[in-house]
Amino acid sequence: MTDISHIRNFAIIAHIDHGKSTLADRLIQLCGGLDQREMREQVLDSMDIERERGITIKAQTVRLLYKARDGQQYTLNLMDTPGHVDFAYEVSRSLSACEGSILVVDASQGVEAQTLANVYQAIDNNHEIVPVLNKIDLPAADPDRVRQQIEDVIGLDASDAVMISAKTGLGVDEVLEAIVTRLPAPKGEADATLKALLVDSWYDPYLGVVILVRVVDGRLKVGQKVRFMATGSAHEVDRVGVFTPKALMTGELGPGEMGFITAAIKDITLTKVGDTITEDRRPASEPLPGFKPSVPVVWCGLFPTDAADFERLRESLGKLKLNDASFHYEAETSAALGFGFRCGFLGLLHLEIIQERLEREFDLDLITTAPSVVYKITMTDGSVMEMHNPADMPDPVKIDHIEEPWIKATIFLPDEYLGGVLALCTERRGQQIELTYAGSRAMLVYRLPLNEVVFDFYDRLKSISRGYASFDYQFDGYEEGDLVKMAILVNAEPVDALSTIVHRSQAEKRGRALCERLKDLIPKQLFKIAVQAAIGGRVIARETISAMRKDVLAKCYGGDISRKRKLLDKQKEGKKRMRQFGQVEIPQSAFIAALKMSDS
Amino acid sequence: MTEIEATAAEAAVPEAVGAEAAGAEAGAPGFGVYVHWPFCLSKCPYCDFNSHVRERVDQADWRQGLLREIDHYAALTPGRTVTSVFFGGGTPSLMDPATAAAVLERIAARWTLAPGAEVTLEANPTSTEAQSLAGFRAAGVNRLSLGIQALDDRALRFLGRGHDVAEACAAVELAARSFDRFSFDLIYARPEQTVAAWRDELRRALAMAVGHLSVYQLTIEEGTQFHALHRRGAFAMPDDDLAGALYEATQEELEAAGLPAYEISNHARPGEEGRHNLTYWRYGDYVGIGPGAHGRLTLDGTKWATRAHRAPEVWLERTARGGHGAHPHEPVPAEARATELLMMGLRLAEGVPLARISEEAGTPLAELVEPAALDRLVAGGFLEITPARLRATLAGRQRLNAVLAALLP
Repeated sequence: MTDISHIRNFAIIAHIDHGKSTLADRLIQLCGGLDQREMREQVLDSMDIERERGITIKAQTVRLLYKARDGQQYTLNLMDTPGHVDFAYEVSRSLSACEGSILVVDASQGVEAQTLANVYQAIDNNHEIVPVLNKIDLPAADPDRVRQQIEDVIGLDASDAVMISAKTGLGVDEVLEAIVTRLPAPKGEADATLKALLVDSWYDPYLGVVILVRVVDGRLKVGQKVRFMATGSAHEVDRVGVFTPKALMTGELGPGEMGFITAAIKDITLTKVGDTITEDRRPASEPLPGFKPSVPVVWCGLFPTDAADFERLRESLGKLKLNDASFHYEAETSAALGFGFRCGFLGLLHLEIIQERLEREFDLDLITTAPSVVYKITMTDGSVMEMHNPADMPDPVKIDHIEEPWIKATIFLPDEYLGGVLALCTERRGQQIELTYAGSRAMLVYRLPLNEVVFDFYDRLKSISRGYASFDYQFDGYEEGDLVKMAILVNAEPVDALSTIVHRSQAEKRGRALCERLKDLIPKQLFKIAVQAAIGGRVIARETISAMRKDVLAKCYGGDISRKRKLLDKQKEGKKRMRQFGQVEIPQSAFIAALKMSDS
Repeated sequence: MTEIEATAAEAAVPEAVGAEAAGAEAGAPGFGVYVHWPFCLSKCPYCDFNSHVRERVDQADWRQGLLREIDHYAALTPGRTVTSVFFGGGTPSLMDPATAAAVLERIAARWTLAPGAEVTLEANPTSTEAQSLAGFRAAGVNRLSLGIQALDDRALRFLGRGHDVAEACAAVELAARSFDRFSFDLIYARPEQTVAAWRDELRRALAMAVGHLSVYQLTIEEGTQFHALHRRGAFAMPDDDLAGALYEATQEELEAAGLPAYEISNHARPGEEGRHNLTYWRYGDYVGIGPGAHGRLTLDGTKWATRAHRAPEVWLERTARGGHGAHPHEPVPAEARATELLMMGLRLAEGVPLARISEEAGTPLAELVEPAALDRLVAGGFLEITPARLRATLAGRQRLNAVLAALLP
């Protein structure tokens, strides 16, 4: 058990690519956590996808032993947090286990949208913050400007910001020294009743559920019977240790310390993130302040391209859910796409990551339907329902009003792209709240309906700003909107997978774009096909696919009927991948392409 | 290979009573013999048929090979009466006429050759080949099919043909003089072709014709020079609307001239239909002789698909050693027989007798296809059912691939 005054618990917060993981690597190296041979880049990002995308999805902790310039040895617990807004919930619970943060800002790029979002969370958690300017070795580095920006935009004193290059290791020792001298030690009583915060948990096939904890008061020991206060379940602790980042058994964790425990738990739902762990024999009277449970805000359907993969998809979702409690799924059936699942995510990045993991780790080929947000529908009888699937839309005459979620978005961008981005925000029903300049960069704050953002907003923003805009958001409540369900009809038959909830003002434009797109995607057939977008019974856009005019093999060589028959068989095989809507056969590829639609 | 078939009626075959004896309108499928000559002077860029260019071809060896394979198949099908023979290729007019004579003699010796049996030879309209025509006629060929392909010099160059329009016209004249029955092939839906230009070309063709015309749409097939060129964007093909318009124009022009379509790509004055190809379309039995040739043989109620090795040298070597160059014959299951019958028979304007469907499939039409699909195709004007027949309308024939895909389960 470490003397509490020699413990520092800290997080590193940064915008993507500003060097958070590289700095973590250097800190681990300097403190001898891993030798040269064991070191690889971004050691903390264990999932392939994290390493490839350069993002952190799951929180991790590392215990570092640092001999400071005062001659004393300190235990530094580094909490690695996800940086993206989708994982804001993970960020917030990680930060609440620490007393301070290292704010890393790229000295050549300056403050970005995520810098801001994360720093505000750290401030909310009463953190001491040490600003660090990274990449000062780059020719484009402009530390003075960035320091000024930190003061102007964030309102943080940056006069004694640490200047480093995480890549070369320059100045990293100063970061360690600043952690010891500028961040506070945790507070806690070793002899008090045990209170430990359940920071995270995941399922390990060998150890069962592994629980990441931060001890606040008391001691956590092997053999101790602990109780999870929220779920009430009690378990005997069989392992106690820390990550260095290798797992190291310590047998005990004292106040202020971070580490992990296992207790032969098979069911991850018993270990609720944010719960308080106490001693079964001598329980605490009050739990620690917990977290709000995470709620999915973006939903979409996931369907296997090959119907035979449905069971495998079910199993794979189950496995993912073991390690990601924030993700939800329920069975769904679609006339267009067959059997699949309606899945809920923390945000679009979360959606993309789950989809990618399913395709990559579980080798599944998936169709993703257009993402939908969660609408609150108040019925004429006063009851309220939440709807995240357009298929569940009640009869409009029974609806009193519909509310949709809004966000407050912060966008940083070079001012030359400002015009295009303002136009985009306006077109997406945005309300401007703030427009400020810091040098040649502009900071835009907008209120936007989330459903306008899930519809290819990132892609448009990226293309308008040539990739230079950074974007982050937070939820900003529900508001009533003039929302309607837009159905797509093929020869008067509704195609469920293509119906969406849209704002009335956007319906015609969206409908026209979707119909035009489908006209190109649905192959000509024997009969002409009407593709319509409709709200209720009213058609708002229409395209006609003319009937095919010629489709025949000109001749048959030397009586080679077999070849013709094979061609016909191939054609029939292709027909099996078609979905039948009345008389119309729509290839699955058309759905996939239509659902990927961008309105540009 | 040559794309068109023309017939010349006078032949060494005794008493060409023509249509009466081996007649098209009799409706019987008949029993045909296809003989494949796999060699060409050059490979046309659109052609994906089994044709090869060789420095020299040993006519004697090849004659021997063809005769041996005839012996082999005749032993399998004793007592049958051959109603037509078709020399296809490749360029069979490059064959020594004596080889054709020997083949026809052997066919007559091993089977019975029906009186007036149609004997067709594909030929290219070049001056060299013109010199052999008399020899072929003497050998027993009574119908000539000329690979004219276009009456436009630029188009002929594009199609990689070794002749020009003048040579084509001369060849047609010679064919008309030498053979009572002849036909020629044209290829349409060529890049940049307009409907007006095509109508004009068809009228010029009709002025030279004839009892029979085959009009094929140019398609880009894998493994051809055109396939590679087209993929590289060297030329653009007409879309299905233009192809459809060209097809419809063809029907109008030829119908008005008294040569209605009796098959998707084939037009004839009544009675002048190609007897041999009708056997394919009526799903009759036929023997395939030569490399890459296909056959369908009904033996004791089982339908067999036969298929020969495509490589000329392999085929020749196997034939010399074992009497034939065929892969193992494969039985055609009942369902596939029904598919093949409909696939072929619906190409014909006359359609398919319902009785033939039950005969080949073992079940009537109603149990073979989805009734709703059939109703929809009839209501849409693509198919017609009479008490005796199922037939595709002109609109249906023009879109037969889609009709078949919709009809067959």
